Amino acid sequence: MSDAPAASAAVEVVGVDKIFVGKKKATVTALENIDLTVAPGEFVSLIGPSGCGKSTLLRLIADLDAPTTGAITVFGKTARQARIDQEYGIAFQQAGLLPWRTVAGNIELPLELHGVAGPARKARSAELLALVGLSDFAESYPDQLSGGMQQRVAIARSLAESPRLLLMDEPFGALDEMTRERMQTELVRITAETGAAVVFVTHSIPEAVYLSNRVVVMSPRPGRIRDILTVSLGSAAERTDQLRENEAFFENVSRVRELLHGEAPVGIRGVETR
Amino acid sequence: MSTTTPRPGTSARTVLAPVLLGVVALALWQLLIVVFEVKPFIVPGPLAIGEQFGSSFGTVLQGAVVTGGNALVGLVIGGVLGILFAVIAALIRVIDELSAAVIAALAVVPIVALAPVLYTMFGAGAETARQLVAAIAVFIPVYINTLRGLRQVRPVHRDLMHVYAASAWQLTRTVTVPGALPFIFTGLRIASSLAVISALIAEYFGGPVGGLGKSITSAASSSNYPLAWAYVLGAILVGLLFYCVTLGIEKFATRHYKPST
Repeated sequence: MSDAPAASAAVEVVGVDKIFVGKKKATVTALENIDLTVAPGEFVSLIGPSGCGKSTLLRLIADLDAPTTGAITVFGKTARQARIDQEYGIAFQQAGLLPWRTVAGNIELPLELHGVAGPARKARSAELLALVGLSDFAESYPDQLSGGMQQRVAIARSLAESPRLLLMDEPFGALDEMTRERMQTELVRITAETGAAVVFVTHSIPEAVYLSNRVVVMSPRPGRIRDILTVSLGSAAERTDQLRENEAFFENVSRVRELLHGEAPVGIRGVETR
Repeated sequence: MSTTTPRPGTSARTVLAPVLLGVVALALWQLLIVVFEVKPFIVPGPLAIGEQFGSSFGTVLQGAVVTGGNALVGLVIGGVLGILFAVIAALIRVIDELSAAVIAALAVVPIVALAPVLYTMFGAGAETARQLVAAIAVFIPVYINTLRGLRQVRPVHRDLMHVYAASAWQLTRTVTVPGALPFIFTGLRIASSLAVISALIAEYFGGPVGGLGKSITSAASSSNYPLAWAYVLGAILVGLLFYCVTLGIEKFATRHYKPST
């Protein structure tokens, strides 16, 4: 993988450390020696306990923060240049919609800021609303939508400029389990349709396994990559809700769990491989 | 009494209860006047005031238009300047730091006390001094509230605008100012009452005749107490009108501002 030319990778993280300097010069090492390459169109999840720096890593890729050492490139550009060129779309745990704008107005916000003409904006927001199944709510305001619907609007907004890379920081973290599974299924479909690479931060093992081509397991204090697990559960079309009941799915879930907890207790492993 | 969720009938009760209390208070007032034979120069009864208000409604209305007009001009000038300066102070930190002491000093100045000085500056025949007094009184709460509102940008919105590589002006226009609207309107609502009071009191210190403030003093000095009170009633109604209109605009403009995820 390291043989691939830098320009072809969606994200390339090389030797990145992130040290936060707090009050009285106390330092916290959030990330240590991170190397990660995300191929175009690949879905990569970052998983780990709180404080493992997975959100920090995402913020570094998004150029919302700068690494202390090391280099990050996005499609061969520096993270800063990639942000300025709008190479990626982003969604956070909070939908972060502007309450004074309609749903369509929220989706059109990035287009408006970057000087896209009115009719083209309208056409694009209508297209995206259809994609996330909210066509009837274009003129609604965020306070009239449920949490799951707001998050769908946020995802539509992140797709507004047809980015080749999506950065998602626990976008389904605040949703209930049923809404969450439905959103996961939709996200698999959407990423298949758009062909975008995704870096997805999550707490949930089943979520990471269900969505990803690869799962990056991180450990805390200092934040490190413990292992990277390749999940082969087939193409997006094959990943339906039935997959959640599938033997291979459970196998991958327990493998991620073992990696997260270091050595898994023998008894549990025996049960789960049956 | 302590109902946590609004039920049907609650809104009717919230309107009805204060109205009922007002009517009872007025009746009690009238009763005391009659029973103890209180002289009108001490306080006239509500019936006498109401009668006087009805018979001289035309002149009260004229006075209300003059005073209300001054208050409105002051509210608009002070409001626009307050919002504008707050936006500039929020964008340029140095200006905020430089002006903080001046604003604090201005906030404790009894603004109406400036009226006599302003009358000599702009001439006693013009309404300018009164409008200025109202504008200065309005400026301070609007400025302070707006500035506080402009500092309330949610981190997720700040991150989002950074991701979009938005300019400082784009951030101000699309996120900061709309986000500050509830604070701006709270400032304007507080200021609306201040505008009326300031414009009214400023009339006590001189200037042209015709406003409610001047009419109150002249009616009182000619011992026409019910008329003086009729003008006071007019002043209360003008204040109430300003408050209700700004409240209504606030409710409408911020109707979607519920905390959302």
